[in-house]
Amino acid sequence: MDRSTDPAPGRRRIGSAVAAVAAGVFLASAGEAHAERIGELVQTDPWEQVGRFFDLSDENTRGLRVAFAGALFFGAACGLLGSFIVVRRMALVGDAISHAVLPGVALGFLWGTDKDPVAILVGATAVGLLGALVVDWIQRTTRIKQDAALGIVLASFFAVGLCMIRMIQNGEGAANISGLKTYLFGDIGSLDRADVATMAVVVVATVSLVALLYRPLLAISFDRGFAASIGLPVRVLDGLFQHFLAFAIVVSLQAVGVVLVSALLITPAAAAYLLCDRMHKMLWVAVLIGMLSALLGVFFSFLGNNLPTGPFMVLGASAVFLLAYLFAPRHGRFTKWLRRRARRRKVRDENAMKAIYRILEREGRPEGGVGIAALAAERGMPEAAVLGELHGLGRRRHVELGDGEVSLTAEGLRRARKVVRNHRLWELYLTNEADYAPDHVHDDAEKIEHFLTELEVAELERQLDFPQTDPHGQPIPGLKSV
Amino acid sequence: MSAYDIFVEPWASHASSYWPVAAMAFFVTAACGLVGNYLVLRRISLVGDAISHSVLPGIAIAFILTGSRSGFPMFLGALVAGVATTVIIETLHVRSRLKQDAAIGVTFSTLFAIGVILVSVHGGHTDLDLDCVLFGKMDIIMDMPAVFAGLPAVVLTMAAVALAVGLLILLFYKELLVSSFDPNLAASIGIDPRIAHYLLMAVLSIVVVAAFTSVGAILVIAMLILPAATAYLLTDRLWVMMVLSVAHSLLSALGGVHLTVALEVPTAPAAVVVGATLFLLAWVASPRHGLLRLWLRRPAPGGGEPAGEGDTAVA
Repeated sequence: MDRSTDPAPGRRRIGSAVAAVAAGVFLASAGEAHAERIGELVQTDPWEQVGRFFDLSDENTRGLRVAFAGALFFGAACGLLGSFIVVRRMALVGDAISHAVLPGVALGFLWGTDKDPVAILVGATAVGLLGALVVDWIQRTTRIKQDAALGIVLASFFAVGLCMIRMIQNGEGAANISGLKTYLFGDIGSLDRADVATMAVVVVATVSLVALLYRPLLAISFDRGFAASIGLPVRVLDGLFQHFLAFAIVVSLQAVGVVLVSALLITPAAAAYLLCDRMHKMLWVAVLIGMLSALLGVFFSFLGNNLPTGPFMVLGASAVFLLAYLFAPRHGRFTKWLRRRARRRKVRDENAMKAIYRILEREGRPEGGVGIAALAAERGMPEAAVLGELHGLGRRRHVELGDGEVSLTAEGLRRARKVVRNHRLWELYLTNEADYAPDHVHDDAEKIEHFLTELEVAELERQLDFPQTDPHGQPIPGLKSV
Repeated sequence: MSAYDIFVEPWASHASSYWPVAAMAFFVTAACGLVGNYLVLRRISLVGDAISHSVLPGIAIAFILTGSRSGFPMFLGALVAGVATTVIIETLHVRSRLKQDAAIGVTFSTLFAIGVILVSVHGGHTDLDLDCVLFGKMDIIMDMPAVFAGLPAVVLTMAAVALAVGLLILLFYKELLVSSFDPNLAASIGIDPRIAHYLLMAVLSIVVVAAFTSVGAILVIAMLILPAATAYLLTDRLWVMMVLSVAHSLLSALGGVHLTVALEVPTAPAAVVVGATLFLLAWVASPRHGLLRLWLRRPAPGGGEPAGEGDTAVA
């Protein structure tokens, strides 16, 4: 997709990543504090909470700063890798891997008596990768297709994880239950500084990977055959990508939860996909949206009592996605609708002005009023509809409405001449250059007259050697008159 | 723990009290597994996953409004949510440049997130809580009053659903078969493949909703796919595949109940674990498509096609 020659995209990206990490560490470490976690903050009335949320200097919100830093980190990692997932159409693979890590989380808990982020990271990543491997294996050795293979791995691993969690809960009493629960639906309040530090490492590694291997990753994402043909180690790159995907999923688990973490991979990247046409831009936008979604999740869960944070982050991402879906500059539904509406209006207006011009031309007068009835007959429309159009044109000062008649203003005349000029030049072009019969060119010109640009018209005129009349012998308004 | 404690004791002492749970587990997995055969063959397994996730807000809203965990309102809520899901996925997929997988992912995670929030805000002290979404609640069946043959009403309802699914499949066996394998042939002999598709989706939604209280929202996909995938490895004929998937359901239900008693884990994930083990067995040891066979066959020259490569038609 992006084959432009950016001198050092990698270095710049690493630079900004380091800056972001530094900012995160600052957020996490500044100030000493009473409350280590969000959950320990005293709950007061909602508006006061909103105020405190934005007042980061408050000593009580140090836990919030940790959450903030964490949200920025995993939001960035998920957005970055999610972009590749979305363009590779692997969304459901991400979902399967993220469910499959659950037994690994449980194993991590079994390993140490206390919650140890590294043990959980290693356990979950290993099991997640095993899941990806089994999906691959099932597909390669049996006739079961990808969809069923993903479903089998997703649900079987998840079920094993659930059984293990319940057994741990049965065995060890209440102490571990809360810790494990956070991994299912997410609790950003349970993040501590060790977790955030782990995240920082993963984010730096992920950003470096993408920065260093941007082009190879791009190649295997868009055209694997091409990638293989230029000698790229496709399977190694795939494996590397899956490793980092598993890392990103696992560091996000605690805040988003096993069940919904795939949404944080897919939704921000999907929103970015609607907003951008080039991969390197999409990566940036996806990272920003990922961080924004995570922060929205922190904000909402800060307001609510004891609610899981994962769903809120997903809803934050979904809200951003909805906005992108409606208002994306090029592909948004609403922007497209606006564009279509403006185009329809332009065509309608130009047709009305053109009709006035043609009546005047037929009657041999350069300007003056035209009866509404005559105009309606010319356009083949009821008078009321014509009047409705003319009112709109009058508001834009293209026509002046008189008693039962209408006349073009100077601006209206100029526009009318321009459309007629486009129409007749195009007719002439089709007749002379494309060998159309003169009685077959009107309908085509009727459509294209509204959309020819000035440059195109000038080129037409030059190629036709500055003609004076169209194939039907009618005069073509000159460039000066428009 | 001795071997006796693990293998015999559960059956010796708990058989009668777990009879309804075992029956429920069997009916749920059998109903899901029968539908799942067609999902696997049509390669749309993950539609089942998407539907089971996205009906949650409908179920939660119906539950909050009526306060009851079963019956018609919940089904209506799920139906509305299910239809909304299909419409949203289609809109996203057709009207924007998003691909289908991303459209499915975005839609079902959003709806599921809404459902989880609704459940955790309103369901704290009731039957419908996050545990139910994750694990399903099969053990509460034991406390319900028995209506017939020692089985409470919910189990009988589920049995009726499973029976209805079986009858529907018997009735439309040819239509489903032809339209699953060759939509063009189906159209040419006067079977509209779309009707078969919508019939299947309707049955799928009914089964998923009926199974919700017992197995939750996430494990349904296993109930749908594991029996069919296991059977798919063992046979080339559709009706044999269906019989085998029911057998798989029976074994995983019994095994699940056994694990429930022996390890004190919830029945639904336990049944899935057993089902996955059975799949693993079939994968390794299937006479025609198993890994062992593949491995034994490979060095022998002229031993025929390795099983995984040819996509042998099932019929």
